[in-house]
Amino acid sequence: MSWLLRFFSSSIGKKLIMALTGLFLCSFLVVHMIGNTQLFYADQGLAFNKYAVIMTSNPLIEIISIGLYFFILLHTVQGLLLAYKNRQARPVGYAKFNNSSRWQSRNMAILGTIILVFLVVHMSRFWYQYRFDYVPYKKYVENIQTGQMVSTQAMAESYAVKRRIVEDLDETTGHKVTIVRDLYKEVEVAFQNLPLVLLYVLSMVALAYHLVHGFQSGFQTLGLNHPKYNPLVRWVGVGLFAILIPAVFAAMPIYFYVKSLG
Amino acid sequence: MAEGHSADNMTLTLKVWRQKNRNTEGRFVTYTLGGVSPDMSFLEMVDILNTQLIERNEEPIAFDHDCREGICGSCAMYINGRPHGPKQVTACQLHMRSFNDGDTITIEPWRAAAFPIIKDLSVDRSAFDRIVAAGGYISINTGNAQDANSTPVPKEAADEAFMAAACIGCGACVAACKNASAMLFVSAKISQLALLPQGQAERRIRAEKMVAQMDEEGFGACSNTGACSAECPKGISMTNIARMNREYYGAKLKSTNV
Amino acid sequence: MATSPKLDAKVPDGALETKWTKYRSTVPLVNPANKRNLEILVVGTGLAGASAASTLAELGYKVKAFCYQDSPRRAHSIAAQGGINAAKNYQNDGDSVYRLFYDTIKGGDYRAREGNVYRLAEVSGSIIDQCVAQGVPFAREYGGLLSNRSFGGTQVQRTFYAAGQTGQQLLLGAYSSLQRQISLGNVQMYTRHEMQDVVVVDGKCRGLIVRNLVTGELERHFGHAVLLCSGGYGNIFYLSTNALGSNVTAAWKAHKKGAFFSNPCYTQIHPTCIPVSGDHQSKLTLMSESLRNDGRIWVPKKQGDDRNANDIAEAERDYYLERRYPAFGNLVPRDIASRAAKERCDAGYGVGKSKMAVYLDYADAILRYGKGEANKNGLHNPSEAQIHDLGIAVVKEKYGNLFDMYQQITGENPYDVPMRIYPAVHYTMGGLWVDYNLMTNVPGLYALGEANFSDHGANRLGASALMQGLADGYFVIPYTIGSYLAGEIRNKALPTDHEAFVQAEKTARERIEKLIAIQGTQTVGSFHKRLGKIMWDKCGMARNAEGLNEAIQEIRALRDEFWTDVRVTGDADELNIELEKAGRVADFLELGELMCIDALNREESCGGHFREEHQTEEGEALRDDENFAYVAAWEHQGEKGWNLHKEELVFENIKIAQRSYK
Repeated sequence: MSWLLRFFSSSIGKKLIMALTGLFLCSFLVVHMIGNTQLFYADQGLAFNKYAVIMTSNPLIEIISIGLYFFILLHTVQGLLLAYKNRQARPVGYAKFNNSSRWQSRNMAILGTIILVFLVVHMSRFWYQYRFDYVPYKKYVENIQTGQMVSTQAMAESYAVKRRIVEDLDETTGHKVTIVRDLYKEVEVAFQNLPLVLLYVLSMVALAYHLVHGFQSGFQTLGLNHPKYNPLVRWVGVGLFAILIPAVFAAMPIYFYVKSLG
Repeated sequence: MAEGHSADNMTLTLKVWRQKNRNTEGRFVTYTLGGVSPDMSFLEMVDILNTQLIERNEEPIAFDHDCREGICGSCAMYINGRPHGPKQVTACQLHMRSFNDGDTITIEPWRAAAFPIIKDLSVDRSAFDRIVAAGGYISINTGNAQDANSTPVPKEAADEAFMAAACIGCGACVAACKNASAMLFVSAKISQLALLPQGQAERRIRAEKMVAQMDEEGFGACSNTGACSAECPKGISMTNIARMNREYYGAKLKSTNV
Repeated sequence: MATSPKLDAKVPDGALETKWTKYRSTVPLVNPANKRNLEILVVGTGLAGASAASTLAELGYKVKAFCYQDSPRRAHSIAAQGGINAAKNYQNDGDSVYRLFYDTIKGGDYRAREGNVYRLAEVSGSIIDQCVAQGVPFAREYGGLLSNRSFGGTQVQRTFYAAGQTGQQLLLGAYSSLQRQISLGNVQMYTRHEMQDVVVVDGKCRGLIVRNLVTGELERHFGHAVLLCSGGYGNIFYLSTNALGSNVTAAWKAHKKGAFFSNPCYTQIHPTCIPVSGDHQSKLTLMSESLRNDGRIWVPKKQGDDRNANDIAEAERDYYLERRYPAFGNLVPRDIASRAAKERCDAGYGVGKSKMAVYLDYADAILRYGKGEANKNGLHNPSEAQIHDLGIAVVKEKYGNLFDMYQQITGENPYDVPMRIYPAVHYTMGGLWVDYNLMTNVPGLYALGEANFSDHGANRLGASALMQGLADGYFVIPYTIGSYLAGEIRNKALPTDHEAFVQAEKTARERIEKLIAIQGTQTVGSFHKRLGKIMWDKCGMARNAEGLNEAIQEIRALRDEFWTDVRVTGDADELNIELEKAGRVADFLELGELMCIDALNREESCGGHFREEHQTEEGEALRDDENFAYVAAWEHQGEKGWNLHKEELVFENIKIAQRSYK
């Protein structure tokens, strides 16, 4: 297996790791974005809260999550190592630098570091809290025939069960009762904080710039460069990953902040 | 025309990197040079400065140059923040009409750990030779070749191989790259030989060895910024780097080197 | 006339067609074990040097190669544009080894040795095979087979090419072979090293003194044989299409150690170069000969006409090549086209700021191609603008890179205004005298490629320089060197503390110290420029006895001035570009005199050598076969000057005739 080690420690092998992990993280972003659009539902967070339960309990998703954490770590560490090594390749810089490449392509490590800071804040604010800290429960009562929400009620702090969700159907009333951890509320509260909202928006700008280069760069590193398909890669990279996804993500804190203003 | 209207007799301020040898510290020295004609090549302008330096009993600026027609790849000057200056041509093909009277021009050597400075603007690019020696060839002894037309080569492949083979080995790609990466240079040679039927026998080992040598020389990795190709005086394309990556993966996965 | 006893060309006996085959089968061989103990030094890594070094290393010899550039890939062979000839007859247009041989002898104005030229034609095909096998991306047809184009002086299509960069591709092929041998440890490469002297022991060449250009250190290298593949001496003219570093030093030092220098006056002046733009000019740039296929060359009919080219009416233009040579028109050989341009400019009809240029006009070609395209595209009443645009598109496709280069250098758009061109020094046919084995008259010392005199006579045909360089290196020297080295297997390598090495190094060191010690007032470049002007004015495209005699005096005076008033800055023990130049110019200052002496001696006009006293009534070159059908081989005699030896040229297979292109 020494060849494999040598392969991944070569300059091209290192880049391959960056490309593979990067593109995997891109695919995660798609799923994460689609899931989180449930924040915009006018259901007082029911769908989102149920989604949060699935994302943290399904064994398959759990396994993928572990992979995700690992890849984030690998992408980060490898990226920083590469940045360091690349700097070593030019110990003395130029007095005048007038490069014809795009800014973001030269500053992926800086953009990545901003995203890393964001990730730490983001995960400690939501992921850690949800998994390891206290999140209050909320009770939703729905009429399953009309689909209307009959009532909602925040559970008392003393309410605690092992499960993250309790679902019950009252056949006589036709009401479905769901008691679920209210992550939605956490989000709502968090994004009333303007500095946090600004951090999120700024980070999404960094993400956009990171991806406008990163997505197509990943394909180039994989050796996938063909005049027929390059435009497609470019369009997906810019349209989906550099514009749509960061925009939708950025819209979330803004939405809640605006909502909080009344 | 986008170019400025240069006077017939320009005066320039030149900030030039001077360094006695590999072991001494270098610094910028500023010179004022008058009487520059727009018809001069950039190197001829430096020639004139050098003549003045000699007349003042100072040492002329050492720089590499030879053919002065853009093909030998000797010239290596980093002019105003770009390898070979503002045009996508070698410094010897750059003419002073691309500058304006009163301009300040900063001239630096190629900067890369793998290209140590020898003197002033002259750097040691022998790393490129060692990379080619590692595998940038087809092993065929003289006298063993079959008739040249016995293996047809599709025109498209021949043309593409030629476009890659047009590399002059000047090192502008390394100089331009923020990582001082040599991937464009290496990939051009790997591509040329991978595209031709004659290059197939050694395809895998070539990719493995050349990349290993490139890494050993201390060049950086590729960030796909595209600066190399944008600054290449011969317009070598980034598709070569993608092809090299494919060749390298294929080699690593299939070769019997464990 | 009889051949000098000192010049044995060693051309094998027998019919022309069998000489080389028979020679190869009978030449003494060196067995592999002995090859490992035989050391060969190669100076220069252009087509000849790189191909020789790699091939000899493949055979098992211990090879050391030297070049002054920072990499063997930078040798000036790289700048050759047009192509390489080979008698492959792939086009089925009647080409053959004999035709290539014939064209080369005729193109050289009957001043080359038959045996060598025939061998060149014979091995030409193998060169293409070898290069293709190395991965040289020659131009190809859609069917995947090799493409050919035609070139000056021939009636067949035998030129192989890789766009306008054939020399580059061939050199990179040879360079890659060389790098392979370096990686295998069979060749030791010394870049940024310049030869200072050859070491001769008991009449045989035994090694070299070289200078490490980075540290200034002088090194001694032993070799059982030394190959000089150091190119031509066109830079003596200061302005030429040669690389700035191209020099005669290696050949000249060999000459001073006993090797004869042949036909130094044969200089090829290429007709289509970009004219000098001012005093600052350091180098002239060639525009490929292929431009004469479609362009028309003219000057105004009125002397000193200052109007813009486009303002001069058709009736007021003199298409002088078409007028003088109706049969070949703009496609006459290089020497004739060059002289005709000079004649017009000297007579006061030149154009441009300097008045030393003629027009190369593509207006007619654009119109012609435009009309053709319009027809092809079914345009019935195309406007003039449409035709113009269509025509420009065609010209762009064929010659775009050359037009771009012209615009880059001159700042003028050649699609709108005619290009200005003027002849420039391009190639030197003369060089060290060699026999059939490519060995000089000093045993063990060889000269290959442009550095020798052997194959092009008094004028080289286009696309033949690459052919000769590679033929010498890949296919000739690997065989012929055996005939000498087979006798050397008992000779152990000489230790480099041998007296001859010590002495040669001392001489080299003293010369360097002297150059630095002069501390005069004038730059090396200024001397070079003045020498170039003397050579160009008096030993250039046209020469006469009076001018040559003057030139000899002027060069001697200039040489004395150089050795008393040159200023070389810096020290000997570092990278010192002025010192390098000074050494080269000092050698040019000696060669210049010999070139003039040779030109003066050759009382005829042939190929690139035009003596004004010897021309026909129409101003054409007039050869004197009775008295001058010989190779002039000059022996250096120190302060006394030179002694002429003649090698008679015997034409057994070709009938000598006057060249006519009327």
